[in-house]
Amino acid sequence: MPTKIEKDAISGQNTTGHEWDGLKELNTPLPRWWLYTFYACILFALVWMVMYPSIPIRGLTGVTGYIAREAGTAELAEARTRAEPMMARLRAATPAQIAADPELRAYAIAGGRVAFANNCAACHGAGGQGATGGYPTLADDDWLWGGTLADIRTTITHGIRNQDDDEARTSVMPRFLGDGMLNRAQIQDVAQHVLGLSGLATDQAAAARGATVFAENCVSCHGEQGEGNQELGAPRLSDRIWLNGPDVRTIEAFISNPRLGVMPAFGQRLDGATINMLAVYVHSLGGGR
Amino acid sequence: MSHIGAVEPEQPQSLYADHKKVYPRAVSGRVRRVKWAVLILLLGLYYIVPWLRWDRGPGAPDQAVLVDMSHARLFFFWIELWPQEVYFLTGILVLAAIGLFAATSLFGRVWCGFTCPQTVWTDLFMWVERQIEGDRNARMKLDAQPMSGHKLMLKSAKHAAWLLIAAVTGGAWIMYFVDAPTFVRGVFTGAASLQAYFFFGLFTVTTYTLAGFAREQVCTYMCPWPRFQGAMLDDQSYVVSYRAWRGEPRGKAKADNVGDCVDCGACVHVCPTGIDIRDGQQLECIGCGLCVDACNDVMRKLHRPEGLIAFETLANIAASTAATQSMPACAERLEVGMKVRHVPKLIRSRTILYSAVLGVVAAIMLGAFLLRETVGLSVIRDRAPLFVRLSDGGIRNAYTIKMSNKAREVAHYALVLEGANTARLQVVAQNAQTDAQGRPVLETRPDGITEWRVLVTAPAGLALPQSIPVSFRLLDAAGRPVARHDSVFLGPER
Repeated sequence: MPTKIEKDAISGQNTTGHEWDGLKELNTPLPRWWLYTFYACILFALVWMVMYPSIPIRGLTGVTGYIAREAGTAELAEARTRAEPMMARLRAATPAQIAADPELRAYAIAGGRVAFANNCAACHGAGGQGATGGYPTLADDDWLWGGTLADIRTTITHGIRNQDDDEARTSVMPRFLGDGMLNRAQIQDVAQHVLGLSGLATDQAAAARGATVFAENCVSCHGEQGEGNQELGAPRLSDRIWLNGPDVRTIEAFISNPRLGVMPAFGQRLDGATINMLAVYVHSLGGGR
Repeated sequence: MSHIGAVEPEQPQSLYADHKKVYPRAVSGRVRRVKWAVLILLLGLYYIVPWLRWDRGPGAPDQAVLVDMSHARLFFFWIELWPQEVYFLTGILVLAAIGLFAATSLFGRVWCGFTCPQTVWTDLFMWVERQIEGDRNARMKLDAQPMSGHKLMLKSAKHAAWLLIAAVTGGAWIMYFVDAPTFVRGVFTGAASLQAYFFFGLFTVTTYTLAGFAREQVCTYMCPWPRFQGAMLDDQSYVVSYRAWRGEPRGKAKADNVGDCVDCGACVHVCPTGIDIRDGQQLECIGCGLCVDACNDVMRKLHRPEGLIAFETLANIAASTAATQSMPACAERLEVGMKVRHVPKLIRSRTILYSAVLGVVAAIMLGAFLLRETVGLSVIRDRAPLFVRLSDGGIRNAYTIKMSNKAREVAHYALVLEGANTARLQVVAQNAQTDAQGRPVLETRPDGITEWRVLVTAPAGLALPQSIPVSFRLLDAAGRPVARHDSVFLGPER
C-alpha cells in the first residue's frame, strides 16, 4: 500500500507512494470516465453471459436461447430455400438442356464441383484425375460406359455392379485362370496380344499366339481390334489409356482374376438436381462427348 | 523504508481525475476567421458531396462519390475502383499520413487545430451551445444554478439542436455508402435497411457524444496522434507559443517593471482544451491558435503590439529569450527580442525526407493509376489432374481463365497462346465461339468477371519437355494484345 506520498520537484506532481528498488511512480490520474467505461465493459460482459451461451454446461444456453449450431442450421435451410427455384429448374431439365443454357450451366458446374468433392473425389480424385487400380480418370476422352451427358447421368444415378439398384450397369469378366478357362501360357500370350493392340507388345511371337486366344475368348466383349464396347462397359484395349496400368504383369493378373470396379447408385443418395449438376460438371472436365 | 527527508503529511489522493468541464469563451480575430472558413468548407463538402450526381449510364449508380459495398465498387466521379484495387485507397491513406507529418513538421498541429473532424464538430457544437446558453460566464452561471424551467428549456433546446446536427452528420455518413436520395426517402418511410438504421444511429450517437461531451478528452486521452506528433516537430516548426521573454514578469497594465502579460486570463478562457498556453508546450494543446486571437485583442486594447502569443518557432523563442535575458521589462526589450528572430528554415532534413517520400508515393500511385487497365486476365492452371493423357496418346492441360472487364460494355477478345513449343498446341475454350483463324473468341460481360475453361492439347507424337512455359494473351479486334498471363504446360516425365 502507498506509504509515503512525495512531491516530485521537477514535475510538481505527487508520487503514488509506491517504490520499487528506489524507483518511484508519479501519480498521473486516469480520467474517471475512463474507469466508468471499464466498468461498463464488465457490465456488458455480464449481460452477454446471461443473454448468450457462455458457460460450457449443457442446458445453459442463455436467456435468448441462441445456439450457434441452430442459427447455422437455420441459415443453411434459408440458403436452400433461396436456391430452390434454381434447383427446381435443374431437376426438371435434362443435362443436355442445362449445358445449353449459360445460366444453368454456370450454376450446375459450380454446384457440381462441390457435389463432386463431397461424393466422387474419394475414388475419382479431385478434378476427376482418377487413380490406378480401377478408378477411371474422368477428365480424359476415354469412357467405359459412355461419355455423353445422358450416359454419365445414368452411370451416376444407378452406379456400377452394385447390389442396391436393379438398373445398375453391370457386366462380368470371367476369371480366366481362376475358373480354369485358360492356362498360364495362354494368359501370357493373350496379354502380349493386348499390349500389341496399342503397339506395346514385347514378344511378337507370343502376341501372334495370343491372337487366337483373344479371338476365342475376348472379342465378344472387347471387339476384334480391342475397340471395346460401352454397352457392356468393356474397356477399349487399343488406346493409350490403361485403367490398371500398362505393364504386362498387371494385365496378366487382371485376365487371370479380374477385379471389377463397383460404384454406388447415387440416385439413392442425391436428389435429381444434384445428379444433373454432377453430370454437367463431369462432362465439362474435358472428356465429355 | 527510507528515513531521508521528511514524510509529507499528504491527504490520501485519488488515482482518478474527475472531469473538469471546459467553458471556452467566444473570440474573434484572424485565426478565428480562418477556422470559421475551414469549418464551413469542410462541413459543406461533407454534407453536400453525397448529393452530387454523375451519370454513368444505365444500370450504374449515378452518385458521384459512393462506396458501394454490396456491389463491391468504389465510385469517385469518373473513377471506378474494384476491391482488388484497394491499394489506391491505401496509397491515399499513406499520402495523407506523410502529408500530415510534413504539415506538422512545418506548421505544427494545424491538422488538430483546424481540420480534424473532432475539432471541427466540437467547434460547431460549441457555437450552437453559445447561441442557446450564452457565452462562458452565462454558461458557468447556468450550470451552477439549480434546475429550473428556464434552465430546462435552454438545456433541452441545446441537446435537441446537437442531436439534430448529430443525426444529419450520421445520416450523411451513410450516404457515402448507399444512394443518398433513396436513403433519405427510406429513413422517413421506414424502408431503409436495418443495417442503415443501425449505422445511422451509431454515428448519430458518436457525433453527439464526441462533439457534445467528450471534446478535449478525445484529444488528450483517446487520440494517439498527440502522443507521437512530438517526433515530427523540431525547433523550426511553427507552434502556438507564449513569448515569455516579453510577457514576464506578469503584472497590472499600469504597474512598473512588468512585462506585457497583464494576466487577464483571456488565453485560458478561450482555450477549447482548458489549458494555459503560458505554461509552455504541452500535450493538450491542439494548436488551434484561439489564444493568439484573444491575446491580440487584449494587446490592441492596451495599445501594445500584437503577438505576445503567436505562431512562433521554438528556435526563435530561445533566441529572443537569450537576447533579452538581462534586460528589464521595457519597450526596448521587445524590439531586441523581435529583431533576433529568424525566418524558420523550411528546408530541413525532415522536411526533405517527408517531401521525398511524399513525391515517390505520389508518383507511384499516379503511375499505377494512369497505367490502370480496364481488361484483366488471370489464368489458373488445373492442379488435379496435372495433365490428362488422351486415348490417342496426346497430352492435355486444363486452365480456368478469368477475364475482368471494368468497362460497362461487352467486349470480345481472341485468346492466343504464345511461347516456344506452343505452335502445335491446340487451344479450345469450352462453349466459346472461334474466329476465322480458329482462335477462341472470349466474350466478357460488362463490369464483371467472366470465367472460361480452356483446354490446351499437345497432339500425340509431339515430344515436349515435361514443363514448358506458355503465355496466354488476349487480342482485341485489331490484333493488339490487351492482357497477358503466364503459366506452364505440363506433361509426363521424360
